[in-house]
Amino acid sequence: MSEELFAQMRQAVIDGDTAAAAALAEQALADNIPPLDAIDKGFVPGLTLVGEQFGAGDLFLPDMMLAARAMQKAIAILEPEMKRQATQRHVLGRVVLGTVKGDIHEIGKNLVGMMLATSGFEVHDLGVDVAPERFVSAAQEHNADIVGVSALLTTTMAGQRTVVEQFDAAGLRPKCRVIVGGAPASSTWAAEIGADGYSEDAIGAVALIRGMVGA
Amino acid sequence: MRPRFELLEPALIDRVVDEALALLASPGIKVEEPEAIRLLVGAGASAEGNRVSIPDALVHRALDTVPHAFDLYDRAGNPAVRYGSGAVHFDPGSSGVSVLDPDTLEARASQAADLARITRVADALPAYDAVSTAIVCHDVPTEIGDLYRLFVCLANSDKPIVTGAFTPRGSGAMLDLLALEAGGRAALADRPRAVFDVCPSPPLTWSEFACRNIMDLGRAGVPAEMVSMPLAGVAAPVTLIGSIVQHAAECLAGIVLHQLAAPGAPIVWGGAPAIVDMRTGATPMGAIETAMIDGGYAAVGHSLGLPTHAYMGATDSKVIDAQAGLEAGMTALVGALAGVDLISGPGMLDFLLAQSAEKLVIDAEVIGMVQRLLRGIGTPTASLATASFEAAGSEGRFLELPETRRLFRSEQFLPSRVIDRSSRRAWLDAGGLDAFGRARDRVEELLATHPLPAVDGSVAAAMVACVREAGAPFGLGEALPGVPEGFGEVRAG
Repeated sequence: MSEELFAQMRQAVIDGDTAAAAALAEQALADNIPPLDAIDKGFVPGLTLVGEQFGAGDLFLPDMMLAARAMQKAIAILEPEMKRQATQRHVLGRVVLGTVKGDIHEIGKNLVGMMLATSGFEVHDLGVDVAPERFVSAAQEHNADIVGVSALLTTTMAGQRTVVEQFDAAGLRPKCRVIVGGAPASSTWAAEIGADGYSEDAIGAVALIRGMVGA
Repeated sequence: MRPRFELLEPALIDRVVDEALALLASPGIKVEEPEAIRLLVGAGASAEGNRVSIPDALVHRALDTVPHAFDLYDRAGNPAVRYGSGAVHFDPGSSGVSVLDPDTLEARASQAADLARITRVADALPAYDAVSTAIVCHDVPTEIGDLYRLFVCLANSDKPIVTGAFTPRGSGAMLDLLALEAGGRAALADRPRAVFDVCPSPPLTWSEFACRNIMDLGRAGVPAEMVSMPLAGVAAPVTLIGSIVQHAAECLAGIVLHQLAAPGAPIVWGGAPAIVDMRTGATPMGAIETAMIDGGYAAVGHSLGLPTHAYMGATDSKVIDAQAGLEAGMTALVGALAGVDLISGPGMLDFLLAQSAEKLVIDAEVIGMVQRLLRGIGTPTASLATASFEAAGSEGRFLELPETRRLFRSEQFLPSRVIDRSSRRAWLDAGGLDAFGRARDRVEELLATHPLPAVDGSVAAAMVACVREAGAPFGLGEALPGVPEGFGEVRAG
């Protein structure tokens, strides 16, 4: 009975059908299915499949985006019950993301966030034009393992160095690692500013972060 | 007759403008600069926070005052880029962060000497009507990066310059530097040597710096070139036409603000849009759909009587290979047929991240061919062929006719040796090089033979002093990389 429901959940995520995912989450609550089971056995496998097919080039960014949104919606419905039952998802790691101050580009960062979320990380996206202090306070608040700092402009990439410096000043490293990305960044640049890592693209970023948290 | 190319029917252009006006009214434009909001609201726009709703009347008023044509001038004071004249111009693409090293084929961080090299090559090639601040100079303090790039271009070329500021301070210093040679700010506005790129942020946002910059440029009377960049499917609607509407809305908002700050100041309807590759999120500049958005918005700009600009003639390839040639060639062709007034992009590789002097010389051949196409098939003789047959006699001795010698140079574009048209034997004897190999030779040849610009000694000295003063607080050293030896030195006697 719940197997059938899990299959429908998986399919709703694959289809990127937010309304169906929401209805299935409601039904799980009504049927007294543990919310964690609904997530881990129902919705997550759908997202994993979409992620795999994206990696293989068979699915595309809009497929990923809609699948992630359907999943988010389902989790939002299940969350109050999870809290009531005092259970929580097993997360591979906690990641804070943002684009540096003065820079409002976020396509790459969003992609990384989406891929991390689908891989089982807890992602806190601070958005764009984020001051260095915000990165620090968010890392403290969420007990982050990794902070990802994005910059698209050659004129704003210097802000990545400032973030690294502030993490050192706050004594947050090496427990929390600071990694950088964005078009002008490179492994040379990451080494120059003393960042803990760099990835060329979103898929590489997930592999990098998995390696860092040993997942 | 110039070949015609129509991407959008007139009725569709009207719909684009109508929907752009609708977007300006609702949801409006995000304007992140207080003075800009005050200017807009003072003229009849309404604002809720930084979201500004711009009524049609305001747009129409701006379109009434905006100039339909203006020129950029070379060092000698001759108009060299004639926006709005119908001519298509080309300049190297701007703001790469690396250069393709022709020896190692690696993309390495660009330096001032690389900018000098690229500028010298573009200065030497007649295909380029302007040079550009083509790369970021990593060996120069970031705080004066924008000013220094302009300085390197001024020291290495006589041509007009396509540039842009990184900060409001940079913009002021750059205008001062240009004014030194022009003979003051007023003279600079009279005969501008440079155009400044200003970028709205997709979707529908004018950032604090972009607002400041466009108002300052307008008031200085120096041409601004809007570089709107809808990214179809991510930061703009996925449809090409939807992205063209967004481009129009962003640029119309820019024109309104610019003309309110300085009615009659020159401005260009430009951009660097792209589709988004849904496999990776990349924004390919060599995609035909990217070129179609460019050509489409250029048609909208022309319908409003505005000079246009686009980023075309670039490639996403990392090296100079078949992909580089076909993408640069196809997009430059589309841009030229669409009648884009100034096409930036030649020389660029890897999503506009890398510049290459070698690609620049190959692209010059693309431009030569494209310009030839634009001249169309002419009728320089009274009869189309019968008189030629009569003169050539029954043996058909066309090669001996005076008209053949007189007309072949205008009938044909004569490529440089970068384009191989030799026999296999001759090609092998010359080293059997591919286009990249021939381009490398051509770059070295141009650098060895093209004379440096003759800059008035006292003007050069004043420029050097200006850059040194601006750079001193940020650690600009004694050496001035990328500047020809002896430039600005005051000689005794």
